[in-house]
Amino acid sequence: MSLADRILRLDRRIIFILVALGTALPLLVPVNLPITVTPRVEAAYDTIDQLPAGSTVLFSLDYEPDVSAELQPMTVAIMRHCFRKNFKVVALTLYPAGPGLVEPAIRIAAEAEHKVRNKDYAFLGYKSGFQTVMIGMGESIRSQFPVDFYGTPLDSIPVMRGIRNYGEIALLVNLTASSAADYWIQFAVGRYRKPMVLGATAVMATDYYPYLSSKQLLGLIGGMKGAAEYEKRMDLFGDARRGMDAQSLVHVIVTLLVILGNVALFASRRGTGTR
Amino acid sequence: MIPWAQMAPTITVWVAAFLTLCVFSFLYKDNPFYRFAEHLFVGSAAGYLLAVQYQNVIIPNVWLPLTTGKPVTIGLTAIPLLLGLLMVARISPRFTGPARWAIAFYVGTYSGIAVTGYMQAQVLAQVADAVKPFPPGWGAVNAALGLIGLLTVIAYFFFSVPHKGVVGVGARVGIWFLMVAFGASFGYTVMARVSLLIARVQFLLRDWMHLIPMS
Amino acid sequence: MYLGPLVLTFVVGTVLIALYFIPNHAAQEVNAQLLLWATIVYAFALILGSVSLMGTHWRKIRLRAEGSFFSWVAIVALVATTLMGVVWGVAEKSPLDRFYNAVNSPLASTMFALLAFFIASAAFRAFRARNVEATLLLVTAVVMMIGRVSIGEFIWPGFPALTEWLLDVPNLAAKRAIAIGVGLGAISTALKIILGIERSYLGRQR
Repeated sequence: MSLADRILRLDRRIIFILVALGTALPLLVPVNLPITVTPRVEAAYDTIDQLPAGSTVLFSLDYEPDVSAELQPMTVAIMRHCFRKNFKVVALTLYPAGPGLVEPAIRIAAEAEHKVRNKDYAFLGYKSGFQTVMIGMGESIRSQFPVDFYGTPLDSIPVMRGIRNYGEIALLVNLTASSAADYWIQFAVGRYRKPMVLGATAVMATDYYPYLSSKQLLGLIGGMKGAAEYEKRMDLFGDARRGMDAQSLVHVIVTLLVILGNVALFASRRGTGTR
Repeated sequence: MIPWAQMAPTITVWVAAFLTLCVFSFLYKDNPFYRFAEHLFVGSAAGYLLAVQYQNVIIPNVWLPLTTGKPVTIGLTAIPLLLGLLMVARISPRFTGPARWAIAFYVGTYSGIAVTGYMQAQVLAQVADAVKPFPPGWGAVNAALGLIGLLTVIAYFFFSVPHKGVVGVGARVGIWFLMVAFGASFGYTVMARVSLLIARVQFLLRDWMHLIPMS
Repeated sequence: MYLGPLVLTFVVGTVLIALYFIPNHAAQEVNAQLLLWATIVYAFALILGSVSLMGTHWRKIRLRAEGSFFSWVAIVALVATTLMGVVWGVAEKSPLDRFYNAVNSPLASTMFALLAFFIASAAFRAFRARNVEATLLLVTAVVMMIGRVSIGEFIWPGFPALTEWLLDVPNLAAKRAIAIGVGLGAISTALKIILGIERSYLGRQR
């Protein structure tokens, strides 16, 4: 068996070990490679930064544990940005497993910026139904969320006073791994003309470039890299930035494996004289 | 006296680490530890879903209006409650017929809002942005390429006409644009999966083994 | 048997389309009410899913099929988490919240983290430059993987600009075409359902 054939038959557990080492080593010995903020993340940052003082920002945090590595750092960074600008923050989730992630993220961001629940922010909790919730909130937020996550009626929450529906919301920030983004664009942006910034997992980020061009989205933060860029812009050093060295090394490993596989294939075919 | 409250974070981390390693053991081969973790996940995810639905949807939107609301509110709440119960009654084959009313209402609602939602956001807005005048300078080149890409990809997906002649050439060019788009998606998909792995390894090395500082 | 539900689908679908165009407050109240009902029905539909799951595993236990011990694990987990949430609530520091942080969250994250290993293995085995199209896909993927991470700029300073261009022009064009196609497909399917042309969602007519 030639070397090329042996490479083509490489045991996949060797690939697994390479990936595992490529992930673990940079975490144990960080290099802190510099990160450049890309235009789409910069646009998201600027959209939030340029909101008028006293604005209310609505966060729809529609994700579950399987993608929290990408979206949780984004949530904390963007919320801290809003808290630093003294905006009012109203958060909700349309995923049943969302509260278990969203609540700690809001708490971490609020404690870091010395913000108080009910006075500076409200967490409305979970509601099922996606589109029905989005359209229902256009008429009345209270029709969908009569009480917040903790059981407090919305009328008793100072930060919710005067906020009836989308009319009082300056910006929608949706962080999601699913078609919730499409529905927010269809209903909140399309029907109620709300400006929107999207934070999406890397898997779906490339699908939303058409909405950036048409200005249906004003900014796009994609994946853990996008979260790291936002942390850099905020001068924070969170989990996303910590993971970038490992991200770089594993990407290089995967790229080298792809190149090696193709080189081995061509060498093997040349050896056997076949195309 | 065992200080459970103080030990809770440590127990949580050790249980999470054990279950993480059970799942990773699948990389070697399928084994009882992995299957245990898999079934535990399936059951607990479904149970969590039910509990959250009960507390966050049924209690505030069904139970409270029925027990504390005015007669009009009670009447308005009884209708979706009945439809919901018909939906659940579908478990029994005897109630397949009545359950159709609940399905019909649900499907009709989402079909109705889909028509206007998709039309506005995905068709009209995207077509409007595609037929804008070209910007000056190099932007015109990019805009022209974008328009060519849009038309050729649509030509590729138009299967009612044979892909021959001009349509065939257009479809071929459309495939090239699609390959670039799928290549970009694949690159980002690798990034996404690696990010998830980084988070789990970070948890094992930092929160469990304390080999990385906490902050 | 079918006529009533079909008429209901038509009425509800048509009313919701019409209400999109009517800005009147009372009309939007009706809109919101109908949508709230759909939210409640959806919650009950999720209950149906969980019961169905229990049924699948209970059948395995009854038949003493291979792996039925693990079906006990699934059922016990389902019942225990449901009871925890119903009795003690789902708020922070509740028993369900602690269970979620210790069990659900790490399991869900790790299940998806496994994919990183398999995607690397699949890329090595299947990503081959066999023809022009496959080469285009491969080259774009490699440029994206290297160009979008920190190390890309060290290798070649032009990588970030190249990746932005790939995303902003060819990727945008193709994804826009797909979005328009998906939108038109969704609209035609929705209209077929509302008009009663498509009836498969109601099951077989007896």
